[in-house]
Amino acid sequence: MDLHTFVSALQEQGSHAAEAAAPAFSPLMVWMVPLLPVFGFLFQTFIGRKLPKPVVSFVSCGVIFASCVLSWVFFFSVKSAGQPIVAMLGPWVQVPGLKDGLLSVIAEHKLVVDQLTCVMILVITNIGFLIHVYSISYMAEEKRYARYFSYLNLFTGFMLILVMASNVLLMFVGWEGVGLCSYLLIGFWFEKKENASAGMKAFVVNRVGDLAFTIGALTLFVYLGRTFGVWTIDFQAMKEVITAHKDAIPMGLSTFVCIMLFIGATGKSAQVPLYVWLPDAMAGPTPVSALIHAATMVTAGVYMIARLNFLFVLSPTALAVVTGVGAFTAIFAGSIGIAQNDIKKVLAYSTVSQLGFMFMGVGVGAFAAGVFHLFTHAFFKACLFLGSGSVIHGMGGEQDITKMGGLKSKMPYTYWTFLLASLALSGVPPLAGFFSKDEILWQAWSTTQFSTTGLGMWYGKIIWLIGATAAATTAFYMTRLVIKTFLDRPKWATASAFSGAGLPGGKDDESELPQDESMLDLGAIKKKPKNPSSPSNRPAPLPGPMKGDEPASADLPEDESMLDFGKIARKKAQPPPAPAPVPAASHGHDEHDHDHGHAHDLPQDESMLDLGRVRPFAAAHDAHDSHDAPAAHDSGHGHSDDSGHGHGGGHGHGEPHESPAFMLFALIVLAAGSAAVGFLGWPPALGGTNVFEHWLAPVVEAHEAKAAGHETHAKAEHEPASEEHHSNPMEYVLMLVSIGAAAGGIFFGWIVYGKRMGVPAKDFTEKHKELYELVRDKYRIDELYEAAVINPLLDLNEGTCRFDNEVVDGAVNGAARVGIIVAKGTGLVDNEVVDAAVNGAAVATQMVARKVRRAQTGNIKQYLTFALVGGLFVIAAFCLWLTRTNLWSTFTETFGGNR
Amino acid sequence: MIFSRHPLEQMLILSAIVFCCGVYTILTRKNAVSILMGVELVLNAANLNFVAFSQYTRTGGVHGNVFTIFVILLAAAEAAVALAIIIGIYQNFGRVDVDEADGMKE
Amino acid sequence: MNEHLLSLTIWIPIIGALLVTIAPKSATKGLSVLASLGAMIASILVAARFTPNAPPNSPVPGFQLIEKYTWIPISTGNIEYFLGVDGISVTMVLLTGILSFLCILASWGFEHWHTNKGIKGYFALFLLLEAGMMGVFESLDFFLFYVFWEMMLLPMYFLIGIWGGPRREYAAIKFFLYTLAGSVFMLVVMLAMYFTVDIDPATPGRQGTFNLVTLSNLGPAIFKGFWWKMAFLGLYVGFAIKVPVFPFHTWLPDAHVEAPTPISVILAGVLLKMGTYGLLRISYPLLPEAALWFAPFMMAFGTWNIIYGSLCAMAQIRGVPRVNSQTGEKFIERDLKKMIAYSSVAHMGFCLLGLAACNPAGLSGCLFQMWNHGIITSMLFLLVGVVYDRAHHRNIDGFGGLWTQMPQYGALTALAFMASLGLPGLSGFVSEFLSFAGGFQAGSEFRFEILPDRYIESATWFKVLTSISIGGVVLGAGYFLWSYQKVFQGPLNPKYATLSDMNPLEMVTVWPLAIIAVILGVYPSFYLNIIMPSINALAVHMQMPWVTGMVK
Repeated sequence: MDLHTFVSALQEQGSHAAEAAAPAFSPLMVWMVPLLPVFGFLFQTFIGRKLPKPVVSFVSCGVIFASCVLSWVFFFSVKSAGQPIVAMLGPWVQVPGLKDGLLSVIAEHKLVVDQLTCVMILVITNIGFLIHVYSISYMAEEKRYARYFSYLNLFTGFMLILVMASNVLLMFVGWEGVGLCSYLLIGFWFEKKENASAGMKAFVVNRVGDLAFTIGALTLFVYLGRTFGVWTIDFQAMKEVITAHKDAIPMGLSTFVCIMLFIGATGKSAQVPLYVWLPDAMAGPTPVSALIHAATMVTAGVYMIARLNFLFVLSPTALAVVTGVGAFTAIFAGSIGIAQNDIKKVLAYSTVSQLGFMFMGVGVGAFAAGVFHLFTHAFFKACLFLGSGSVIHGMGGEQDITKMGGLKSKMPYTYWTFLLASLALSGVPPLAGFFSKDEILWQAWSTTQFSTTGLGMWYGKIIWLIGATAAATTAFYMTRLVIKTFLDRPKWATASAFSGAGLPGGKDDESELPQDESMLDLGAIKKKPKNPSSPSNRPAPLPGPMKGDEPASADLPEDESMLDFGKIARKKAQPPPAPAPVPAASHGHDEHDHDHGHAHDLPQDESMLDLGRVRPFAAAHDAHDSHDAPAAHDSGHGHSDDSGHGHGGGHGHGEPHESPAFMLFALIVLAAGSAAVGFLGWPPALGGTNVFEHWLAPVVEAHEAKAAGHETHAKAEHEPASEEHHSNPMEYVLMLVSIGAAAGGIFFGWIVYGKRMGVPAKDFTEKHKELYELVRDKYRIDELYEAAVINPLLDLNEGTCRFDNEVVDGAVNGAARVGIIVAKGTGLVDNEVVDAAVNGAAVATQMVARKVRRAQTGNIKQYLTFALVGGLFVIAAFCLWLTRTNLWSTFTETFGGNR
Repeated sequence: MIFSRHPLEQMLILSAIVFCCGVYTILTRKNAVSILMGVELVLNAANLNFVAFSQYTRTGGVHGNVFTIFVILLAAAEAAVALAIIIGIYQNFGRVDVDEADGMKE
Repeated sequence: MNEHLLSLTIWIPIIGALLVTIAPKSATKGLSVLASLGAMIASILVAARFTPNAPPNSPVPGFQLIEKYTWIPISTGNIEYFLGVDGISVTMVLLTGILSFLCILASWGFEHWHTNKGIKGYFALFLLLEAGMMGVFESLDFFLFYVFWEMMLLPMYFLIGIWGGPRREYAAIKFFLYTLAGSVFMLVVMLAMYFTVDIDPATPGRQGTFNLVTLSNLGPAIFKGFWWKMAFLGLYVGFAIKVPVFPFHTWLPDAHVEAPTPISVILAGVLLKMGTYGLLRISYPLLPEAALWFAPFMMAFGTWNIIYGSLCAMAQIRGVPRVNSQTGEKFIERDLKKMIAYSSVAHMGFCLLGLAACNPAGLSGCLFQMWNHGIITSMLFLLVGVVYDRAHHRNIDGFGGLWTQMPQYGALTALAFMASLGLPGLSGFVSEFLSFAGGFQAGSEFRFEILPDRYIESATWFKVLTSISIGGVVLGAGYFLWSYQKVFQGPLNPKYATLSDMNPLEMVTVWPLAIIAVILGVYPSFYLNIIMPSINALAVHMQMPWVTGMVK
């Protein structure tokens, strides 16, 4: 009986929604955008596994392509109509309470596609499609090919639900669903403990953020319901209520709600307090890092704040907090990025710092600028990650940039796309990065947002300063990365992993090359002490079986997906795990596991986030974070978990080689995008019309001073003449300053790493040993969290459980023991007292009997006399009875007498 | 003074005397047979009373005599049994001394 | 006018139990499956014939499928065999039917039966248990409720005591005594009510009743004052032991660890719901004033249950040093089943949270959470049973990398773990969200006086407690994922390289539950529409602060 109501609601809603929104899209068609990838997931999970790989890849890429096409269609319709598309399917969480004011939480299956959503779905579907194409060849040899693509499709589906949701609850479904997929994908090669625990770390940290998000959302929901009687969690309805009662809402409440929502955003978008999971998330396959941890998922926080801009605007203090945290994260993560040697770690920290920039933009009230940076960042960061993926692919799983170098000639396409993207990221003018970053810095400088709060005008300026330095650091570490990876001396030759024949520049004779000499080093080759850190014990290219007690992983069963319905017999037939084709690279980390010092007998990786027991120094936890410095434990060579599977042992590669066509196609498109996309945000100061800002105006229009004028969004092409743009001279100055920052960063990087072959870097590390150690170990934040949060929590757990076992259970058992004692006592009383009485009676009768017994003398004469005497007594009594006058009265008469 | 005027009283006095002799014999004799004799005396005293009283009942006085016959009958049975016991005692103890036959004591 | 469908759900299992005792051993399994299938079909019929918005003409307003006979005529008020079902109990009847059928199927492959020793006893007792549970959910007479409540205890005691694990006697006795102690309070309050209520004041003699419906009509007016608050506390203790709430929960981990898999499934799936159902059916309608007075404390207990349960569950993963009571030797206990037992303590905490919120959202959250917990935790216990049957131990640390070896099993457990940690899109999340929503806007005129004239408004008290319990969700994510990682991920433990994946029987018992969890996650109104009319009726009946607008 309920299915019927659901279906009827469906049709009725469908018809109603269609004629409401101008464009004639049936809700199902709009719902197809997120649902197609989910169908892709179902297909892969249930059917795809058995099909050959090309079919799997065709289906999964095709599904994303379909969503992409649909997104473009919706984009153009929203562009032309100016009205958001609303697709209502039916009620979802509906608690039909009494109508008169009693609560009825209504959350519908409803999607809204407005300008902001268009931007996001375009980013997700287009870049997602490119990454799917890229993964086809990147994961070619992966055993669980279908499972990988099923997770990727599921992720895209959830992400689309997140950005298209019309209410907080549906967005939360996408929010957590995306967290689930990132958990599954980070821990994709879950045979290794680090990957599994990295996945879990991501999910739990996200969940901590979601805790704050839920509290904030619920407080807002209840407050709106109680005071204004509007029970809704729909964005549009909330927007109307809040903008209508803008001044009625107390500042304290809006600040609390905004800060709580922001903490949720920091969890998801990896800002300072809760960013620790992103660097570890590099344990997943590289395309995953590109899609999830660069382009889409991590931007969910920025999207949420942009979506709830009408709320955040209410409390400048909250915005100040957002800006502050954003700026601090930008500079903090940037500084760590400088000292990292794993190519993906550098990019991870650069993502964290760029997210900091976005939050800075959003924080100063320039939501459009923040989203624009998100838009451009998605392009060049995805390109950088895919580039690093192709480098790793080419280098046979090598991730340590100190082991790379000279790849320029080996991988020309990768090199040029990587260079272009890194320049864009550093903010070199004609490219995208410059426009978005400059816009944010300008907005930060010129914001009047914080004049009302105590911080006054200077806050914006300080933020701008931090932003500029962060931009410089970005430029610096990107240059370092590019030089060390592509332009520097080829150091992989020394590691004799490869035949090393025919290396460019004929420098292959000195095997003990200084570690980071640069190709461009025109200076004399200084003799470097033998670098203990690169003994040539790198195993033969085809990695031998992994040493260590447990075989790395059973020979992975044939391409089964999450729900492998394959016949069990097939698996049994397989011989016991053949030597795992896992490159020896990971055996390095086994030594880690063994020599984890343990104070007590708890098992090896008992800490919740598998960060290993606290060891004084050494990279205890980050097994896959290699250290170029000759650290105490000589890991000998970078161990790359990423290389753990798939492509590691796949195709025997003599030497680094260019990546196959699919990968290059994605790289080139993304590089082109990151170059061209900047022009969308051509600032008015340079005579352009900031198309992007106008595009987002309707969503964030409430407080855009400039855009306040026109309600109905005019056609993008002809700008209304009324909009004058104040060519504030200061804007040009700032533009020059930011160009200078970028150029300075690049130049300084080139000097340090290019020209002087990293010598100054070496001197710096020697001089400030601990500082370098500190920065390289990421300010030991993970150890801090473990010591401050995780270990106390684990001890608290154990304490509670022991409390439960000993005290509460003890009380119960104690009650039982008291019961037993009382029982014993009663038993005792029963034996001693009651029984004694009974026995006593028996003993008494015996004694009496013994006395009476003597009367039986056996002498007949005595019996006869007794009998006769008894007879006499009887007769006498009878006679007395016969004469029974009142004996008593006569007795008293005779004796009493005192009548 | 014993010879009072009413014949019933005289009979009662006679039976009382016989009764007392019987009791005295029972109490003082050591020989079982003489005790038996005493018992017989007591029984006969009772018979005397019966006969005497039956004379003075209003309906012609047969009840007392019938009852006396019963008593005599029983006395005979009882004497037989007693004599059998005495013979048993005699065989066991060699003498018929009542004081020795106190085996029932334990 | 008497409907006999409800009696069917109770008497089919009883007849089945009798037949099982009579029939030869070989027919036991078949017969008991038939009996439980019959009971399930009857319960499905009950749910089908139940129309959420009760037709006005039903003899007892609000209840349907009424069945009423005088059972024990007493001069001062009869005891009736009075069965009826409303929105609150119809889903529980359905849950009992489904879970009992699945449990009997699951105990088909029990390894005890290779010698068929005691098989008739097992299935007969199980069917008796099912009858008892059905009776509790359907009875509308306090006395009958109490009879069925006690009737459930005996079979459960024997089922744990005979077919359980190493420390089964201890666990069985503890379970029995705990629940019995609780039901003593219930008995006292029942009699107190019987002897104070007077149905028809016209007639001179006092005419008491056990009929819950009349009691709930007369109750609120009469049961006021301090002593009736104590009566509420008595009932609360009786029900809290079953829920279980913090101080009285220690029987649950022992009972679950020692009980065989199907028994701990039915124990977690249905028996835990008796407590909250009792509160909803008896304490709340009959003693509304006391309920509203006790609400802040109950929410405190609920929150503490959530946090405490989660912490104890997480402790199981790293291991808790315990001393074996018999042999006295120290060992580190890290039992997966104990973790799930503690997690169900936490989940029932959400029920209490919703219940204490005293508004439609909270109550519907509580009821939906009861249903979800029944479905999801049964799935969890069945899945733990799968690995226990193969490896004969439940030590979390003993396994490793099972996902590669048993992909089907790994995937299903992943789904179950995700559902139980409340992942949105699955049913667990919706009920938790409703409880939180209820908790957040709960609030009554009750005020805590901390300092002479400084008060904490109960609304803030509820909001703070609900926020803390939302934290419990994070802990839940922690221990479920950590145990999942320890058991299923990481390198495959060579010892279990030969473990076979789930056999069809296990699949049949687990897949339906998984499908229900997903469907209700995507479209929860299937369930909410059934329970809402009764929830609103209860809210209006209790004059909940939200309804009367007392709280602005």
